This record gives sequence, C-alpha cells and structure tokens, in this order.
Amino acid sequence: MTHTPDHPAPRAPEAPARQPFDFAKWWDRVGILLVLVALLLLMSAIAPNFNRVDNLLNIARAISVNAILAAGLTFVILTGGIDLSVGSTIAVSGVVAVIAAIAGWPAPIAILAGVAVGAACGLANGVLIAYLALAPFIVTLGTMTFLRGLGYTITAGQPIVSSDLNFRDVGNGYLSGVPVPVLIMIAVYVVAWFVLERTRYGRHVYAVGGNPQAARLAGVRVGRILTSVYVIAGACAGLAGVIFAARVISAQPTAGTGYELDAIAAVVLGGTSLAGGRGRIVGTLIGSVILGVLSTGLILLNVPFFTQLLIKGVVIILAVAIDGLKQRPLPLFLKRRQAAAGAERP
Amino acid sequence: MAEEPLLRLEGVTKRFGATLALDDVRFDLRAGEVHALMGENGAGKSTLMKILAGNIDRDAGRIVMDGREIEIRSPRDARSHGIAIIHQELNTVPFMTVAENLALGNEPRTALGLLDRRRMMADAREKLARIHADIDPARPLGSLSVGLQQMVEIARAASEEARVLVLDEPTAALSRSEALELYRIISQMRAAGVGLVYISHRMEEVWQLADRVTVFRDGTYVGTGRMGAITPTVVVRMMVGRAMGDLYDHAPRAPGDVMLEVRGLCDDRVGPVDLAVRAGEVVAMAGLIGSGRTEVGRLIFGADPRSGGTVRIAGRDSAPADPFGAIADGIGMVPEDRKDQGLFLEHSVEDNIAISSLDRFVTAGVVRRGEARSAVTRQMERLRLRLSALALPVRALSGGNQQKAALARWLLRDSRVLILDEPTRGVDIGAKREIYELIDELARAGKAILVISSDLPEAIGISDRLLVMRAGRIVHELVSASATEEDVMVHATGAGAGTPHSDGATA
Repeated sequence: MTHTPDHPAPRAPEAPARQPFDFAKWWDRVGILLVLVALLLLMSAIAPNFNRVDNLLNIARAISVNAILAAGLTFVILTGGIDLSVGSTIAVSGVVAVIAAIAGWPAPIAILAGVAVGAACGLANGVLIAYLALAPFIVTLGTMTFLRGLGYTITAGQPIVSSDLNFRDVGNGYLSGVPVPVLIMIAVYVVAWFVLERTRYGRHVYAVGGNPQAARLAGVRVGRILTSVYVIAGACAGLAGVIFAARVISAQPTAGTGYELDAIAAVVLGGTSLAGGRGRIVGTLIGSVILGVLSTGLILLNVPFFTQLLIKGVVIILAVAIDGLKQRPLPLFLKRRQAAAGAERP
Repeated sequence: MAEEPLLRLEGVTKRFGATLALDDVRFDLRAGEVHALMGENGAGKSTLMKILAGNIDRDAGRIVMDGREIEIRSPRDARSHGIAIIHQELNTVPFMTVAENLALGNEPRTALGLLDRRRMMADAREKLARIHADIDPARPLGSLSVGLQQMVEIARAASEEARVLVLDEPTAALSRSEALELYRIISQMRAAGVGLVYISHRMEEVWQLADRVTVFRDGTYVGTGRMGAITPTVVVRMMVGRAMGDLYDHAPRAPGDVMLEVRGLCDDRVGPVDLAVRAGEVVAMAGLIGSGRTEVGRLIFGADPRSGGTVRIAGRDSAPADPFGAIADGIGMVPEDRKDQGLFLEHSVEDNIAISSLDRFVTAGVVRRGEARSAVTRQMERLRLRLSALALPVRALSGGNQQKAALARWLLRDSRVLILDEPTRGVDIGAKREIYELIDELARAGKAILVISSDLPEAIGISDRLLVMRAGRIVHELVSASATEEDVMVHATGAGAGTPHSDGATA
C-alpha cells in the first residue's frame, strides 16, 4: 500500500475517462428494452392467451394510434416543447376525412384531407410558438380546447356514422395478415428514425432542443425548426385521427380525448427528456408498446379498470424517476462505495 | 521554519479511479497572508481545496492547524475548524433575500419558536457592515449581480469567524469595479489576521494581491515563492513545465486587402461604428465591460437586428437577417459565453463541431456521416483535441478544450471572417497559448479576425491593431506593436490622464 511518488503522475483528464460503470449510458441503451422484455415475459406467464399471434397483432393494432401520435410528439419534445392539442386534432381530422369521404371524395384524397387538417392545426401552433414566442404549454392548451370545440361544432355533437366508409380498410384491413394500422405505424417510425438520425434536419431538431441560443448562433433557423416540429406532430395526429375514424367507421367528436397524455407518457417512458435535446425515437416506440401491453395485459387478467389506472400511473412515475436518476453523474449506491474505498486507505 | 503556520497540508494524495489527481502535495498558509495557488486546469488545485472543505475524502496525507493534526471528513468539520470556501458556483438560494441567505441554517427565533425577522435583518446588516459591503439585506439575492452575491457569501464566512478563507477564481465573473471592491475586502480580511487561499489564472491580479504563490502541475507540488523573489515568467514555466517564451509571441504579419468592412453600423445601444479588418489581420476590440464590444460583434453576425449601417465581406454587401445568413456570407462567431450561447453541452463533440457545416455533407438532406466524421476529426487533430473525445458530451471537457471545440466549428466551416468574443476566458495557460497560435495561423492563412478581449495584455499582444470602445462607439485606434495598457485604459475610460480604474462606461 505504498505510493510511488517518483513516477510522473498522469495528467488529470477533464472527465473521469473510465468510470467504473456508466449507469446513465447503460440505461440509455438497454434499460427501457429490458423493462419491455420483462413485461412481455411476465404477461405471457400469467395472462391467458397473451402469447397467441392474433392477440399480439391485436395489441399492435391497439397501440398504433397512440404510437403514431407519440412519434410526432417526440419531435416536439426533443425541441423542449409540448403539444397538448394532438388529442383534439384526432377528432377534427377524423371528422374532416369522414365528411370528405361522404361527399364522394376518393379514399386517398379523404385520407390526405385528414392529415392536411392535422398539419394545419400544427402549423397554427408552430407559428404562435416560434414567431410570437408564446409558451408551448399555454398555446396548445388553448388550441386543444378550441379544436375540441371545432369538432363538436362541425358534427353538432353527434357522431357521423358512414357504414360504407371508403377508407375503412385503413383501420380494419389486413395486408399479408398484418393489420394495416400496424404497417402504417411501422412506416411512420422508420421515416421518423431516418429523419432524426440521418438528416441535417434531425441534427437541427436536437440542436434547437439542446440549446436554442447556441443553435441560432450556429446558423440553425430556429423559428423554422420550431414551427416544423408542430406541423409534424399535427400531421401525425391527423394520420392517427384518420386511422381512428376508419377503425370505428365514423367521425366521433369525442375521439382522442386524453390521448395526448398517453402519448406524452410514451415519449417520456421512452427516455426523451422533457427539457429537450436528448432522446430517441426508438425509445418512444418501446414506450408506446409498454403502455399498450400493460393495458391489454391488465384487461386479459381481468384487472378492474380503476386498478388499471393506478398501475399505469405508478409505471409512468417510475419511468420519470429513472430518468431523474439518469441525470446524476453516478448513482448514489456507487458513489458511496467509492467513498468507502477511499476512507479505508491510510 | 520560523513560525508555525496557521494551516499545513502534507503528503496529500487523492486518486480518482486510475488517475492520480493529487500526488503527495503540500501547502501551507500563515495567518494574515494571501497565498495564491496556481496551475493549469487539471493541476489539482480545486481537488485540494475540496479536500480542505470536506467535500471529498483524501486517500492519504495530514491536515495540521495551529500545530495540531485535525480531521476533516465533511463540510461540517471544515466549518467547525473555521475553514470557509467561496466556490466558483455560489451556494446560495436566489429567491430568498440576502438576510434569509445569511441566516440560512441558523435562523434566529423568537421565544415562541417563530422566525425572528427583525433580528434576522439586524444580524444581516451587521454582518454586511463588517466587510463594509453596501447591500440592502431585504433584496432577493438573485436580483444582485454575481459580484454582490459573492460579497454576501464572504460576509457569511466573515461572520462565522472564518480563519481560513479559500477563494476559487473569484473574479472570473466580476466587472472591474466589483473586482476592485473584492480586492479591498481581501486586504481588510488579511489585516484582520485571516489566512486567504487565492486560486486564479490571472497573473496580474495575483501579483497585485498575493504575498506568496504555490504552483501545482499534473497533481504534484512544484514550488512556492515569495512575490518579491519570483517573476511571472518563472511561475508560468513552473505551471507548464517548460519555458513559454513570450506568451503572445508571433512573427510579423502582412495583411492583404480589406475583408470585413463595417460602416455606420448601429442599433439602439451602439454605434455608429466604422471598422475594417484586412485578410490576414488580427484586430482587437478593447474597452470596459458594457462598452458595446460584444454588441458590435453580434450586429456584424446578424445575431441582433441592426437599425442602420452596412457590412461588406470581400467587397460584397452582407445584410444578414440572422446568423444563418451571416454564416453563408463567410462569417463565424465564437460567442462570449460558450456554455450558454456557444455549445450544446449535452451533445457530442462531433455534433458540436459539425452543426454549422452540415450543408457541406448532405445529399438531399441526408448527412454523409463518414465524410462528416473524418472532416471533424481532421479539425480535432489540428487543434490537438484527443480523438477519444469525439463521442463525449462537450460538458465533460475542460474549459480550454470546450473553447477549442467552439473554434473547430468555424475551422470546419472555413469561415473567412472570424469574430472571437473573449476567446480565452476561463482557459488555462497552456490552452491559451495554443489558441493564440491558432489565431496567428488562421490570420496567416488569410482570414480576417476580430477579437474582443477584456484581457488587455492579450488584446495588445495578439493583435495588429486595437480599437478602443467607449459607450457604444469606437473612440480610438492604436497600432498594437507600440500600444501600452495605459494608452488603452485612458481611452477606454475617457479619463484623459485621470483615473484609469474607474468604471466609466454608462451607456
């Protein structure tokens, strides 16, 4: 236990170059996936019929609307913003698509109309937030209420049922045995992943969330980026609204009520920081699946609805707690061990 | 060994994982002296002071106070021995008032056990009066300048009868007048018999304040000297382990045609400003804090809206509405506050460097990642940034390396005009030297460089010409080779032959 004072000390590096174990990094990479695997194992062990292919495909279809919503929200949250209006957008875009279809527009045009209305709602949010510098929470709280009102106004508060809806396959169809909404969801995530990870636009989204001031001085057009992420969130909500309407073969003014909160939960569960600049789209997908599997599994287990809410709430808080733990340079239990090792020396 | 010092640290060793942060170092402090502790970033100064403050445990070594060995294992232990530390990041509660902060943890209570606000205010007034600080104790602490907040911390230390006071780079964020006020309080505490440890990178300041200086390098003790018996050159050599020559030494440059030309530039704070920087020329803007230098840099870069004037780059008009346009015109700017405005602290070094040049590496919006990465690594090699840092968050780098990453962004972009606002603030002397060499190299490669610096020897030493600003205007121009600090201060303060230290910039 003698020191060797004769050798030249290595220059202290600016960062502890080799930490014994980087919990944050490790958790970032595999943590949420482990949670999902554990949940799947647990469910297949205790829930009857959970493992059957048709059940798994049903779960996938059930989560597709929320997952698509959450994909768009990931862009917004990566910039440090929030969009509460996406749930109401689901209703408005669904109503518009159904009315278009009833008016005799071909299915692709009706679908596009629904998505475009969603994008337009997002554009309104984006312009108010980016160029009038209003707080995203307040702006989208306002548009959430306004759009819900718009949905009720257009439909006079009644569902518009159209039993021969031309785009019903978007919600109910299958392609090679896979539900169409699941295929759309996969397509949305592939595109979102590619855009965020591989394009200049994606780097700019992260930059704006990481430090808007620095982003501007680095030549990022912050206003455009901010506006665009709300357009993306709106378009995703529009697509989710079309799928929802197709699934229930009607326009429902109450569609998507409260969905924004589930989507936010999925994004946060997936490890994206509400402060912006940090997070991954793959995490959001895993977060959505976890929430979906949890709901479906609890139903299969005949857990009462009230209890389901209790469990979901706890899961979300746990996810946020783990996110908080991640912020620390070292988890507490490791720190203590290190201090103790230091104290043992003479 | 004439007298037993107030405090003596011997054989202190501290290991972080595989790294020896402190290797058998010593340090002693007498009552009534200011003892400067110097060294490059990573030399171990802050580690030793954290051990003294009880924030981290040492692996080996003794702490002796008044000739008796003492044990410090927690901040509480340190406080009970009369050791107080003013950290770079202040440990205060911004929403609470000055009085509440001063009473924190030891609030006076009435007979009923309720908070005794009247006594708290009276105590606060008395504590502030001890160091002659003119601060209203009823104000929320967060509404005070950093300098005044620091005074409150010192007042707290003084009121706790601290016998050892450690100041860790206390003037890094202070204006000149605040720094002068701090020097006054330090002198007062020294006269009262307190032993002060003063950590600073600023050579001038150390020579003005300290009685002795100790130098650490790479976690080892290099030596201690009396101020009268040691020169700054010797201290620099001790810090870097080799002779530095003249820190600012550069061969004469031969500037070419005008690259950046500014005429009548103004907004509601500054101007009208005329200036020109030639290709291959380094022009420094000097002036007091608040004289408008940063504002001029930001106006040229399009970071703030201008209300009038023209900017020409290589003879072509540049009227950017935002930095995006300025960058396209060939301007790059490293802002004053690299953490708040320059860098994405949580993002990788690679992303930080590449962000402004992505358009060079995209096909239809998709980044060609291999190409971008090899371009980034070339710049990192040029700046002697270790390549293992590529994927590390910038936050994990030292100040000097963070600044190199900020510079690398514009090297990669190959900007023709560079505006560098306080390029060496908070940077250790080795990295400073490298940044000066880089500025010289860039100028020789034909870039036009405008440097804003509050470090006068630096501003004079690295530039070809000096522009002195006062109250939003350029009031004087000097040829750097023949300029003195006095020349600059006279014009910066507008004092004629008057008081060179007064803070005359009230715009």
